Amino acid sequence: MAIDKFLVEASHIMMFARSVGDANPIYHDEEYAKGTELGGIIAPPTFAQSSAQFDPDYFLRPKIGGEGWFGSGKEATGAKPSKESGGGGGGAAMGLHAEQHFEYHKPVKAGDVLTATTKPGNTWEKESKRAGKLKFSESVTEYRNQDGELVITATGVGVQTERAVDS
Amino acid sequence: MLKENEINVGDTHSAVLVDDLKRTQIVQYAGASGDYNPLHTDEIFTTQVAGYPSVFAHGMLSMGLTGTMLTDYVGDGALKKYGVRFTNQVWPGDTLTGKATIIEIREEDGEKVVDLMIETTNQNDVAVITGNATARIES
Repeated sequence: MAIDKFLVEASHIMMFARSVGDANPIYHDEEYAKGTELGGIIAPPTFAQSSAQFDPDYFLRPKIGGEGWFGSGKEATGAKPSKESGGGGGGAAMGLHAEQHFEYHKPVKAGDVLTATTKPGNTWEKESKRAGKLKFSESVTEYRNQDGELVITATGVGVQTERAVDS
Repeated sequence: MLKENEINVGDTHSAVLVDDLKRTQIVQYAGASGDYNPLHTDEIFTTQVAGYPSVFAHGMLSMGLTGTMLTDYVGDGALKKYGVRFTNQVWPGDTLTGKATIIEIREEDGEKVVDLMIETTNQNDVAVITGNATARIES
């Protein structure tokens, strides 16, 4: 996966912060944020995950133009998902998400324009009583800002299960 | 930001992250993050096709909720590292509590930092997230 342009916008940060139950004004109140040491609205720690919005091939988003979607409509399922594309900073595209790690090198601020490149990492297998054979795979995404500075390194671990995990 | 002279190894901070998680909040996270996997938002697909008892939260929603607790504790822009394992699924109706425990106060790259152990549990005291974080502190 490569993302050429991940626009970090204040309204997107506001919506993301709301969705994770975060009322901190640093994520939505520009005047407040300007008065802090950070000098403006910043992104919450897991915001990089929403880079999926800027990945043109992200497979967990219905596509415009009738490529089909595997969620329910008239039938319980529509189409088979394509598993070709990598996912955000994480493992969603590789099945279920097993682990996620972020390293923060610089604050990500509203107005930043990031790029992201993802490389595959390690893969391994494990047997599980709850879900059969588990296939783990790691992906490492580097986010850089408009000045070419590395701002976040995100490592996701995805797991493919043989069958649905019981609750 | 945490102050070195005000904290000790073993200190904890905890908060209720969500009380009775609603499907709508999962939808809200899908929209904000861009992860529209029907396993999180489409009850018909998830129960009839994928074979789960109901939709369930994105792991990253739990990590994000836990992150809210974490940044409320360590301050804005203070995190250097934050990593988690998703140890159990989070279902609609769950109530999650996040806890951060100081395990070390040390120096890194010429600045004072604190290492934290993180655990988020559900209403049955089952861990849904375990992890760790490192944050800058004021010396």
